[in-house]
Amino acid sequence: MTKIADNQIVSKLLPKNLSEQTYISGKFLYVESEFIYELCQELQNNPQTQYNYLKSISAIDYIEYFEIVYHLDSLINNTSLVLKTKLFGRSKLSVKSVTSLWKGAELQEREIWDLMGIYFEDHPNMKRILLWEGFEGHPLRKDFIK
Amino acid sequence: MSDNQNEELNLLKYDVLSPLYEQTDLIDLQEGQDVNKLISTNTTPLSEPIIEVPDDLDRNLMVTSVDTLINWGRKSSVWPLSFGLACCAFEMMASAMSRFDLSRFGMEVFRASPRQADLIIIAGTVTWKMAPVIERVYNQMPEPKWVISMGVCATSGGPYYQSYSVVPGVNHIIPVDVYVPGCPPRPDALLYGIMMLHEKIKRYKNLEK
Repeated sequence: MTKIADNQIVSKLLPKNLSEQTYISGKFLYVESEFIYELCQELQNNPQTQYNYLKSISAIDYIEYFEIVYHLDSLINNTSLVLKTKLFGRSKLSVKSVTSLWKGAELQEREIWDLMGIYFEDHPNMKRILLWEGFEGHPLRKDFIK
Repeated sequence: MSDNQNEELNLLKYDVLSPLYEQTDLIDLQEGQDVNKLISTNTTPLSEPIIEVPDDLDRNLMVTSVDTLINWGRKSSVWPLSFGLACCAFEMMASAMSRFDLSRFGMEVFRASPRQADLIIIAGTVTWKMAPVIERVYNQMPEPKWVISMGVCATSGGPYYQSYSVVPGVNHIIPVDVYVPGCPPRPDALLYGIMMLHEKIKRYKNLEK
């Protein structure tokens, strides 16, 4: 069984410029949305964390803000981590893609763009996946009306 | 054939060192003899073979209209297309299996190609992204062709009515002959729908068209 990582320990392992951008709220490790790629890269490459497996990426609409949730696993240290980031506003939302770190993120990021309207920069193929080209709006948003 | 010739041929036959075309002389001579024999014996043409009709079959006669005969043939061998979109497809498969046994009506041949199919059973939710495919598959089917809309999703959108991605009834895309309600319909319901389709095919006017 995978152990849930202690967020306090994880944030202490990070370099100072990154740990300043993270904070712990509840059971989750939050990070500012501009630093998500750097943090993921550090968590993947740091020999004490080695999160080499991305379980899933999901997005939630809380009306005031959007939240992107990354479920990370380390198959070497047998630990798991839940990483979250908040995006404020309703239009022109974007974060940096983690496809270059974990290949499996590609389809899930496309799905989030399709249904939630959060754009992922530096994604190799950022276009709709489930709905057809030319569809107006992003239907899983709370304010979507047909 | 004289004795001298025969001796020569026998010598040739066992002469392994001679070329192959020389060794077949005996066979060629035998063949020539057979042809000459046929020419000499078969001088008159043969008469046509006699077809024997049994007496009881000779006395039978059946009268029907062309429409009835063609429609009977059509309704007895409606070949559906292998086409399933959602969970209704499992009930369609179940109705083809041995418990419900579509082959009782000559319908067990689910064709993989629309060119060989007479019937398309729209079994499941039709999304707008799937709609052009259904239209194309329907256009690829040869006439006469029939459509069964199976389940509420295909009939009206069902639980996804007014959804942003679901077609509100497959009759927005292709004409439907029989609607089968249910979510999903049991195989009995699909079989009843197929019976209704058979009744419809029986009333089809081939010659008036």
